[in-house]
Amino acid sequence: MAFSVVKGAGYVLVHTPDMIIHNGTTQTSERIVNPESEYLKKLPEHLRSFEEVVSYPPNQTYIGNITPGDLSEYKMPWYDKKIDDAGRFGKFGEIMPQDEFIGLLKIVDVFDLVKLNNEITKVAKEKLENHPLITDEMVAKLKEGDEMEDINKAINELHAEPIYNNNKIVGCVKRAHEIDINLNAHTIFENLVVKASGVLAMLNLINKNDINPEDIGYVIECSEEACGDMNQRGGGNFAKSIAEVAGCVNATGSDTRGFCAAPTHALIEASALVQAGVYENVVIVAGGATAKLGMNGKDHVKKEMPVLEDVLGGFAVLVSKNDGVNPVLRTDLVGRHTVGTGSSPQAVITALITAPLDKGDLKITDIDKYSVEMQNPDITKPAGAGDVPTSNYKMIAALGVKRKELDRKELPNFVKEHGMPGWAPTQGHIPSGIPYAGFAREAMAKGEISRAMIVGKGSLFLGRMTNLFDGVSIVLEKNSGKVDEGKGVSEAEVKGLVAEAMKEFASHLLGN
Amino acid sequence: MGRYDGKKVIIIGDRDGIPGPAIEECLKSTEAEVVFSSTECFV
Repeated sequence: MAFSVVKGAGYVLVHTPDMIIHNGTTQTSERIVNPESEYLKKLPEHLRSFEEVVSYPPNQTYIGNITPGDLSEYKMPWYDKKIDDAGRFGKFGEIMPQDEFIGLLKIVDVFDLVKLNNEITKVAKEKLENHPLITDEMVAKLKEGDEMEDINKAINELHAEPIYNNNKIVGCVKRAHEIDINLNAHTIFENLVVKASGVLAMLNLINKNDINPEDIGYVIECSEEACGDMNQRGGGNFAKSIAEVAGCVNATGSDTRGFCAAPTHALIEASALVQAGVYENVVIVAGGATAKLGMNGKDHVKKEMPVLEDVLGGFAVLVSKNDGVNPVLRTDLVGRHTVGTGSSPQAVITALITAPLDKGDLKITDIDKYSVEMQNPDITKPAGAGDVPTSNYKMIAALGVKRKELDRKELPNFVKEHGMPGWAPTQGHIPSGIPYAGFAREAMAKGEISRAMIVGKGSLFLGRMTNLFDGVSIVLEKNSGKVDEGKGVSEAEVKGLVAEAMKEFASHLLGN
Repeated sequence: MGRYDGKKVIIIGDRDGIPGPAIEECLKSTEAEVVFSSTECFV
């Protein structure tokens, strides 16, 4: 069987301090129920600068400048640590500041819904002209700025959503329909943010891995927003809209949804499509969620910490046919939480971790690194949600002990050796399994590890259609270097061989 | 008499810990009455 491979990965963060205040649901909800709250008053004092966000060790890990192993050397909490000489550009991607991103929102808007004033247009234009991945053609879409009078009128009279920078209104996102709630300004704002951050991730994937965008045949977008109108709320399709901006002229695509589990679902789908020979190159991509900005902000402010959920996340991963070099996606070792699995931790871990291992006759310790819910514990622990990756590793290890593949005494060591500290922002789908794909590819190329498991879990119950949650997993394995085309011999080839043999036999007879 | 017998129980489970239905299952062997059960996502 010719397994597909992970050929490259791109990871981006976007620092959006004003969007925490004005677009994060913790803050927008607080403004409705308790507009005079102490939290809302104190929040602006707890926002970090772009430089602080860039030098924050988990963020440098996300864009590939330090490894998860390097991050584990830093003693927690991490928010008071910084990486000296940290850059906004990294091996896997970049961290974009808010003013540039506001410009990018306008660039990706093809319905003239984003209006920016002259000041932010000028700033964004100057900065994006120097951005290595934003072309002149893209910058030209910024055009000239709009008058504040028009922007204020759109906000005050036509229900447009304001865009803030440094706590000042610098533009707005207009509604795309007068009565359709699925095209109102709020939804269009969220969707354009997903599109723009997805585009940035795609551009970084293409650039950092020397990929020709014209070679990409299919794109699967796997974030948690939905685009559509009143007749088809989640009709789609972010995937093709991102492919269009990134110059993937030969690609079509579709959106896959599954809450935080969607990226792993998408990875499995991509690997199957490539392995089956339907497409040679499939990209899975996702942008970030403004709604989740400052989600745990109340606890961070209460504990006198900076509000750490101040970045949007994005990623893109290229899955291609086996090149004999990059790590293979073992589609024969896939785990899944089914309708009948049940919800006990033992049942969940069995379905996601040991069931696929059993198919390959592997032990829990045969996987060098498990990439689970890689949420940054610096964010979750002060909010009382604990250290999510470590909890997952402990459950995996406990099952290992139960299966007698691990001694009880080795449990803490298992967490250290087969686990990693979480480094991804709590952007739902962003931390779920996928942040390690880039590092896994590197570690396998260097021979540091042989196998990794990507695990994604999703809280389906939040959509109120089922009480179930979900999860899927897939094993990533070092490439053996042998490329099995997996074609076998076709009927036509057999007929040809038989005809050839008979012809030769006949010539012998004639000759004799 | 068990610890939970005759008690009304509110369950808030954690997706990455012990989900609500799993806690409910554990209480089935008691006389407790589950009046509310949900699973929350804290991330």
